[in-house]
Amino acid sequence: MVKTMTQLMTEDGIRCDGRRLDELRNISIKVGVLKNADGSAYIEFGKNKILAGVFGPRDVHPKHMANPDSGILRCRYHMSPFSVTERKNPAPSRREIEISKVIKEALQPAVILKDYPRTVIDVFIEVLQADGGSRCAALDAAAVALADAGIPMRDLVSACAAGKVADRIVLDVNNEEDQEGQADMPVALMPNMGKITLLQLDGMLKPEEFKTCMQTALVGCKRVYEIQRKALMEKYFQNGEQ
Amino acid sequence: MNSQILDQLKKDKILELLKTGKRIDGRSLDEQRPLVIETGVIPKANGSARVKLGNTEIITGVKIQPDKPFPDLGDKGILICTAEILPLADPNAEPGPPNEEVIELARVVDRGIRETEMIDLHKLVLIENKSVIGMFIDSSVIDSGGNLFDACSYASVAGILSCTVPKWEIKDEAPVLVEGVTSKPPIKTLPVSVTMARIGDYIIVDPTKDEESCMDARITITSNTDGNICAVQKGGSDGFTAEQLLQCSETALAVGRKIRKQFEQLM
Repeated sequence: MVKTMTQLMTEDGIRCDGRRLDELRNISIKVGVLKNADGSAYIEFGKNKILAGVFGPRDVHPKHMANPDSGILRCRYHMSPFSVTERKNPAPSRREIEISKVIKEALQPAVILKDYPRTVIDVFIEVLQADGGSRCAALDAAAVALADAGIPMRDLVSACAAGKVADRIVLDVNNEEDQEGQADMPVALMPNMGKITLLQLDGMLKPEEFKTCMQTALVGCKRVYEIQRKALMEKYFQNGEQ
Repeated sequence: MNSQILDQLKKDKILELLKTGKRIDGRSLDEQRPLVIETGVIPKANGSARVKLGNTEIITGVKIQPDKPFPDLGDKGILICTAEILPLADPNAEPGPPNEEVIELARVVDRGIRETEMIDLHKLVLIENKSVIGMFIDSSVIDSGGNLFDACSYASVAGILSCTVPKWEIKDEAPVLVEGVTSKPPIKTLPVSVTMARIGDYIIVDPTKDEESCMDARITITSNTDGNICAVQKGGSDGFTAEQLLQCSETALAVGRKIRKQFEQLM
C-alpha cells in the first residue's frame, strides 16, 4: 500500500493504521523480564519493542560524579542497529544522547534520590525495534523498571505523544504520521501529582492547537498510567490481593 | 562543596526577592536582558553575527557551499545548525567531545530554525537529487552568562539574515561558482526562541547563570512570525503544571514579538 500525505487520514478521521483520532496503539508491558537487573520492564507500544533495565542504588564510577548529599540518576537510551529500516550505526548518535538527557530529566522528579547519597541509579534502555514515539514508550518502560527495582518514588511517570496530522490533533502519532505529519509533541506526566516532566515539540501549532495538543497528550498519559499500574499489579499481586 | 553552599545562599536570596516580585539584577519576571546584535563581524564567512544577551556572548558564522542532498530529501537544500561552548567561555567548560548539555543546546537551536521553516530549503536546490546548496550555521559561545539557548538562537537567526548566498551554475552536472553574483537567503519567517526558568512557583524569562544554577525546571519555546508555536524543549530536573506551561506559551509569544522587531531591523 502506498501512502501519500493525503492518505494519512480519511475524511471521517480514520488514520492510516485504522485508529480513530483519540485512540492509542496497542500497549503491553511486562515487569521483571531480566534476571540480572534490579528492576526491569519490556514494553510493546505499537511496533515499538523496548527493554528497560535498572541497576542500583550502587557505587558511582567514576567516583567524582558522586554527590555526597544525594544519589544521582543516569540514563542511556540506545537503539539496536537492527531496530530501524536502514541499519543504524551502533555508536550513540546525537539524537540518542539528547533523548537520554530528556528521559533522565523526566524521571528525576519522580525518584527520591535524597535517600541514597553517593550512589547512582542507572537506567538502561534498549530499543529493539523502533516505531514512532519511541522516547515515550522508553520512558514508560523505564518508570515501571524503576518501580520494579524498589526505588522509592513520588509517583510513576507516564508518557505519550500527541500531534497534528492532516490539520487535526491526534493522540499517539505513529511512524508514518511522525514523518509526514505537521507536528509531534511528546509529553510525560506524573499522573497523581499533575506535574509535566517532559515536553518537546517539533512542528507548527497555533496557540489554541498547542493547548489542545497538550491536553490530548495528557489524556493519553493517564491511559498509559493505568496500563503501567496493571502491569506492576500483575507481578506483585498475583493472587488478587491488594 | 563550597559551590553548593553558595548555590543554596544564592537560591535563598533569589527566592526571597522573587516573593517581592523582583529579580537579583532588578529586572521584572518577564523581562529579557538587553540584546545587542552586530552582524558582518567575520568577513570570510557568508554571514555572521556577534550577539550579546546580558553577560552571554555568542559568535555565529554562516558558511554556504554546494553539497549532495540527503538521500530522502533530494528536493531540499541542507541546513545544519551547531553550537559549541568554547573552553574560554566558562570555567566548567572542557575541550573535547561535546557533553549532553552541549548536544542538547545545538539540537534545540537547530530545531527552532528548522521547524519554523525560516529558510525555504526548496529554493536551495541546484539539480534535484544531485546537487544542492548547504547552509552551515555554527555558533560558538565565547562568554557564558546563562540562557545559551536563546542567545545561540538569536545569533544564528542574525547570522542567517546577514548572509549573502553565492551563485552556482551547473556545468557538466557539477556546480561552478559564478564570481561576483550573490543573492539574499530565501527567508520565510523569523523564529524567536524564548527560554523561561521555574524557580519555586515563579517563572522568569531569560535566566542568568545564577538563576539557572538554582532553577527547578526550564522551558524553551520557539515561535514564528505568524504566532505559531513550532518547537518546545523542557529541561531541568523537575517539571511544570499544565497551567504553568500554557502561561509560558503566552509569555513566549509576547516576548517573541519584541525580539522579532529587532530582527526586522536587520532585514
